[in-house]
Amino acid sequence: MTRIDAKFADLKARGQKAFVAYVMAGDPDYDTSLEIVRGLPGAGVDVIELGLPFTDPMADGPTIQLAGQRALEGGMTLARTLQLAAAFREGDDTTPIVLMGYYNPIYSMGVDAFLAAAKDAGIDGLIIVDLPPEEDSELCLPANAAGLNFIRLATPTTDDARLPRVVENTSGFVYYVSITGITGAAEADAGDVAPEVARIQKASGLPVIVGFGINTPEKSRAIAEVADGVVVGSAIVSKIGNCDSPGDVLAFVKTLANGAHTTD
Amino acid sequence: MANDLFNSFMTGPDEQGRFGDFGGRFVSETLMPLILELEAQYEKAKTDDSFWAEMHDLWTHYVGRPSPLYFAERLTEHLGGAKVYMKRDELNHTGAHKINNVLGQIILARRMGKKRIIAETGAGQHGVATATVCAKFGLKCVVYMGAHDVERQAPNVFRMRLLGAEVVPVTSGRGTLKDAMNDALRDWVTNVRDTFYCIGTVAGPHPYPAMVRDFQAIIGKEVREQMTAAEGRLPDTVIAAIGGGSNAMGLFYPFLDDKEVGIIGVEAGGKGVNQKMEHCASLTGGRPGVLHGNRTYLLQDDDGQILEGFSISAGLDYPGIGPEHAWLHEIGRAKYVSITDVEALEAFQLCCLQEGIIPALEPSHALAHVMKIAPELPADHIICMNMCGRGDKDIFTVARALGFEMGEFA
Repeated sequence: MTRIDAKFADLKARGQKAFVAYVMAGDPDYDTSLEIVRGLPGAGVDVIELGLPFTDPMADGPTIQLAGQRALEGGMTLARTLQLAAAFREGDDTTPIVLMGYYNPIYSMGVDAFLAAAKDAGIDGLIIVDLPPEEDSELCLPANAAGLNFIRLATPTTDDARLPRVVENTSGFVYYVSITGITGAAEADAGDVAPEVARIQKASGLPVIVGFGINTPEKSRAIAEVADGVVVGSAIVSKIGNCDSPGDVLAFVKTLANGAHTTD
Repeated sequence: MANDLFNSFMTGPDEQGRFGDFGGRFVSETLMPLILELEAQYEKAKTDDSFWAEMHDLWTHYVGRPSPLYFAERLTEHLGGAKVYMKRDELNHTGAHKINNVLGQIILARRMGKKRIIAETGAGQHGVATATVCAKFGLKCVVYMGAHDVERQAPNVFRMRLLGAEVVPVTSGRGTLKDAMNDALRDWVTNVRDTFYCIGTVAGPHPYPAMVRDFQAIIGKEVREQMTAAEGRLPDTVIAAIGGGSNAMGLFYPFLDDKEVGIIGVEAGGKGVNQKMEHCASLTGGRPGVLHGNRTYLLQDDDGQILEGFSISAGLDYPGIGPEHAWLHEIGRAKYVSITDVEALEAFQLCCLQEGIIPALEPSHALAHVMKIAPELPADHIICMNMCGRGDKDIFTVARALGFEMGEFA
């Protein structure tokens, strides 16, 4: 059982929805980023999604892309990202960390070397945007064999015929992308999301977490009502981009977490 | 052509969209169903006689195919060695090979009921071709172009606007061709239901590399027939410039199984391949990686971050290369070399003076390599280079590089 599985079992026992926060590793710099990541569990974050900086984030909007550029300009790399995760892990052995990004930096390091380093750093799961099930042999199967969760994205274009394939090698949870589009763009609608979540829960038997287009405590609560949890990324990252202090960023995160945690 | 399919170089890609280890479908889940649908539709069209009949009709009457195969007599004399032929794809409607492929994709888009076409463009030639065909069929057209390229290719931007296209200057990242491709992919992922992404080169997720190659292969097929008519045999060497590599793949593909035909791809060496980030020679100066839906050779740093290329030619200014080229490079069926900006400029000027043809900067790279090897080859050696675009779009860039101000000529 990974930290992710343990976390969702615990949330289920307490009847609570999950709040997942995304931040870009090394944004705006290594030290500030580590301070923010260390503060996330105290702000009510159940699962940390740690963004891996990449020059060409094709599924992301300008907010996340600029965060990646800031991190890269500050000398961030995949190795430094794992170092940041390891530094967090020294003081927190229960909050799951999911690394989210694109395949090329991992491919460049080498899949086996990466998986060993990620395990060492205390990473629990991977979300790699440009690895659909058609490319499972690249990283998904080796990651599962190494004991890491490979968390798949399901989207509004994933129809019933395709869904079994999408969830087949998925573990931990399924990330439902609530809109067709990029991060930080359109707003998610709880009415549209509810039947999709039910469909994916049934096909996967896993918790379904909804992301993309959630940017306020109200939205966080509304979507959490109809899912197993929510992810907020761009809204938090834009606070960091505006040079808000770690304290202000974490205070905002807390309002979002409270939204997700106060469902009926 | 060889009939032994088991030893053929022409059977790729496999069902995973791979050429050896290269290619594939590295896209987000939102796009995956669209790509599978496109593949199914293309497989259907490929064997549909009415699809190809429509293509050939438009190639003949709208594009002006077949393009001539031209014996460059004065250039041949000047170089004093091999016999140099030029495949004149710069005489196509819109002035480059790009329209060969665009017609195929737009006919497919119409069959799929898509009403909105998006494209990325570097030099603007693919954007102009897409805007042209969209105007002809009354389709909405949105072209993503790096802000830097919008600036250096202003005439093509105006052409696209005249043709009714919306040109979106891309400022994300560093505002170049790769960023334009990122933004086109972002558009596609947002407008999945009504939009068709018309990719301009033999790159991207499967089936694009194979599909674009098949549409461009008309170039090589014509050369086979024309050379046989002119010389009674096939050329000894075929040469083409490579950015993403669509004009080259179109020329090379029909010759892959003719082992006696040498194949040479010419990458953009910019200021020199030994200069970091000062060239676009992915095969000579890069290593395998994954970007824009496929595994191929990429310019990247030690961390797998993508580097910006540099070339005087906006059309070659891309940090990757089509996956089939990466495979042909690895198995050694084709040879890849690089040519610097300075060498390309020299070839550009020589072609103007010797043949009365103003070439685009892209084929000037291919021509520069012809200039290097032709003098060393015997007079009965036949070279065919692909004159894939005309140089009107480049005269401002060339003037600047040669130290002229356009105003001086007034």
